[in-house]
Amino acid sequence: MKKFRGLLVACAMLMSGMVGAQVKDMPGGPRVNQLNLPEGVSQVARDVVGLHYMMLIICLVIFVAVFGVMFYSIWAHRKSRGAKSASFHEHVGVEVAWTVVPFLIVIAMALPATRTVVAMKDTSGADMTIKVTGYQWKWGYEYIDGSAKGVKYLSNLATPRAQIENKEPKGPFYLMEVDHPLVVPVGKKIKVAVTAGDVIHSWMVPELGVKQDAIPGFIRNTWFRADKVGEFRGQCTELCGKDHAFMPIVVKVVSEADFAKWSDEQQKLLAASADDPNKEWTQAELVARGEKVYAANCVACHQGSGKGVQGAFPALDGSKVVLGPKAEQIAVLLKGRSGTAMQSFAAQLNDVEIAAVITYTRNTWGNGGKGQDPMVAPADVKAAR
Amino acid sequence: MSSVTADHVSGHDHAHDHDHGHAMLHGWRRWLFATNHKDIGTMYLIFSFAMLLEGGTLALLLRTELFEPGLQFFRPELFNQFTTMHGLIMVFGAIMPAFVGFANWMVPLQIGASDMAFARMNNFSFWLLPVAAVLLTTSFFVPGGATAAGWTLYAPLTAQMGPGMDLTIFAVHIMGASSIMGAINIVVTILNMRAPGMTLMKMPLFCWTWLITAYLLIAVMPVLAAAITMVLTDRHFGTGFFNAAAGGDPVLYQHIFWFFGHPEVYIMILPAFGIVSAIVPAFARKKLFGYASMVYATASIAILSFIVWAHHMFATGMPVTAQLYFMYATMLISIPTGVKVFNWVATMWKGSMTFETPMLFAVGFIFVFTIGGFTGLILSMAPIDIQVHDTYYVVAHFHYVLVAGSLFALFAGTYYWLPKWCGYMYDEKLGKIHFWSSMISFNVTFFPMHFLGLAGMPRRYADYAAQFTDFHQIATIGAFWFGISQLLFLYIILKAYAGKGTPAAAKPWDGAEGLEWTVPSPAPFHTFETPPEVK
Repeated sequence: MKKFRGLLVACAMLMSGMVGAQVKDMPGGPRVNQLNLPEGVSQVARDVVGLHYMMLIICLVIFVAVFGVMFYSIWAHRKSRGAKSASFHEHVGVEVAWTVVPFLIVIAMALPATRTVVAMKDTSGADMTIKVTGYQWKWGYEYIDGSAKGVKYLSNLATPRAQIENKEPKGPFYLMEVDHPLVVPVGKKIKVAVTAGDVIHSWMVPELGVKQDAIPGFIRNTWFRADKVGEFRGQCTELCGKDHAFMPIVVKVVSEADFAKWSDEQQKLLAASADDPNKEWTQAELVARGEKVYAANCVACHQGSGKGVQGAFPALDGSKVVLGPKAEQIAVLLKGRSGTAMQSFAAQLNDVEIAAVITYTRNTWGNGGKGQDPMVAPADVKAAR
Repeated sequence: MSSVTADHVSGHDHAHDHDHGHAMLHGWRRWLFATNHKDIGTMYLIFSFAMLLEGGTLALLLRTELFEPGLQFFRPELFNQFTTMHGLIMVFGAIMPAFVGFANWMVPLQIGASDMAFARMNNFSFWLLPVAAVLLTTSFFVPGGATAAGWTLYAPLTAQMGPGMDLTIFAVHIMGASSIMGAINIVVTILNMRAPGMTLMKMPLFCWTWLITAYLLIAVMPVLAAAITMVLTDRHFGTGFFNAAAGGDPVLYQHIFWFFGHPEVYIMILPAFGIVSAIVPAFARKKLFGYASMVYATASIAILSFIVWAHHMFATGMPVTAQLYFMYATMLISIPTGVKVFNWVATMWKGSMTFETPMLFAVGFIFVFTIGGFTGLILSMAPIDIQVHDTYYVVAHFHYVLVAGSLFALFAGTYYWLPKWCGYMYDEKLGKIHFWSSMISFNVTFFPMHFLGLAGMPRRYADYAAQFTDFHQIATIGAFWFGISQLLFLYIILKAYAGKGTPAAAKPWDGAEGLEWTVPSPAPFHTFETPPEVK
């Protein structure tokens, strides 16, 4: 096996010399011209690598045997070499043998696989539970128990738009970097409860051996235990709409002490950033706050210009809803528009954020506060919930 | 078998009288009102080749965008539309109708029947297809564009699509109806219209594989229709089959879809097995090894195909027992499939082989399809599948079985039976160039995708991490090479049809067997008006 791996590495190095020599392996993500599964930083991931080698070897042996016979026959039994065709066309013994022997081989393959399946599905005895929610097109993380209990945040792609549009050179973590990674302690069994807010997504981190579809309305559990500190990267693996390729996953595995420190910081931040519901917001404050909310949640579809994408995502600039009475716009944000990509933001954003983003859209672009109700207060949203 | 023969005679006479009522029509009427199985077969084949070019063009657009990381040519929305339509057009427009075209041409000729059982239904089932193709193609031009939910049309993403989605649902309904009609026609033709003395176990394997495929079609096309009808009512009539908020379940859609989808995979490969089983003995000049076990293996594959569907859904997260069951059942499929490969190799063993283009494609099929079979076995193992599910590994796997499998067998069959269709031999030298060019470029395109998938590159991505660049570039170069190679195929066929080749004898291949070689080349408009006697 070692020899084989050496050969793979040699091939990979040869290949990587061809093009794009400046691209380097991505730590925790794909290597340049990687040929096989990642080595894995969890027992499950390593078991899968082992199973894959086993399958690869069995298949290669059968392949060489069968096609050795076929190509020998092609060489030896050709008319141009004067071969005369034999007349046999059945043989019970041979036919039974090549039905029974593969059956036995299949059983031999199934046994070790069964062990790994059972291990992968066993979510019992977890040290910590994290809820993962897929949204179009970002991930939401919420710590259900442990020292970080209650901490929740969204994790967005951090690669600048300019790199994607080829206006800037691509960074070393192109498309596989996020603003807020999922942080977990090393060596602990982490149960991941996966769900989605709109359509089906899939949460994959190859190095951890984890992939679980995120199904709206249902929670499916999986788990991992990372045995190495570091950042491990994955991407969404279920087609979920236009930005399917732009919602990566980064899991930052840290030491237990660092995790305790991190969760302490997060708890403090959580307390500090909680919007005071009794605060009186001015219109200017709401617009400033709303601009940030818009950039994080709305810009992907409705665009920075507020003009949307014709035929797919409606414009907010000049929209009747945005210029009309506030109640309707609040309802759209809280309930979504069924049958479109416009989801409900009731669970993702608080009253202040929703009020702020609505106020922002009513005072920006050509809208410039011309419509009815240029300002929406958090209390309006609260009343509408 | 005497009762079958008696049935057959009365059934045949009926079709016979019918045929004589019409002289051969000329001009466009001959094609629009076609009831002759050969004309309808030709139209199916032309239609499917046109769809192959359309689907292929979409594939090349995808490969163009994927030549480099970053977004160069298409917005991701449009890219997703291309992915979706490439899949739908290739599956429902190119591969399936091509096999029905072969069945139309060859089943009556191989069983000694004068035509298909239901000539007018045959006409209708063909002419539905261009309608569906127009619906699919025009859906690009409606507001919001074509559906971008992937060819599997998973809910609830389908709920977010524009009117293009409804056009697609309608088109798939129509194509499903066409397939069901075609399948009924084939079943009735094979069961009732065989020449006297041709018992089922004397039938050419191509007819056997199509008989079993036709039953699969009749069983599963209505299931697909049900699934997409539920999508339609969820979209427009407030039902909530696949909406959890209304008490439905998005995963239910996947169960229904794959209950159709897995047998569908065999619908696209079993007739290919039939074609290869005709060609290998012909060019090895030796009887097919293990005829009976071939029939039983085909039937086993068909039956197993109904009980393995959820291996497409390991990543949805099922109970451990379900995951184990679907893993074991899926692994079993490798056994009858293996039997087929062993039988073909045993047929070649101690034969007296020559390697004209049909044989090259048939041997190429066995070799490359088996690679796809092995990756299928690797994917059947649930833990590995979960690692590589929805990555390029799966893309590589199903292109090995669908392009190197189904499409190569279609090429093999075309070269094999072309002399019978048009009366002239194709250009052997160009045929061989077509084979080697397709074979090499196919592998250049799809082999690197295994590496991409193992390294974690998800499928249906418009953009990717720079570490994946080299393999994507190799794949793109291979794809353009493969695409251009198919224009050579078109040229070879047109050249033969134009009569620029040596005229073909009734039996141009000295090792070929079967009733189709007893009629002149090209096959006359009406054949077997009196049924031949099979000993």
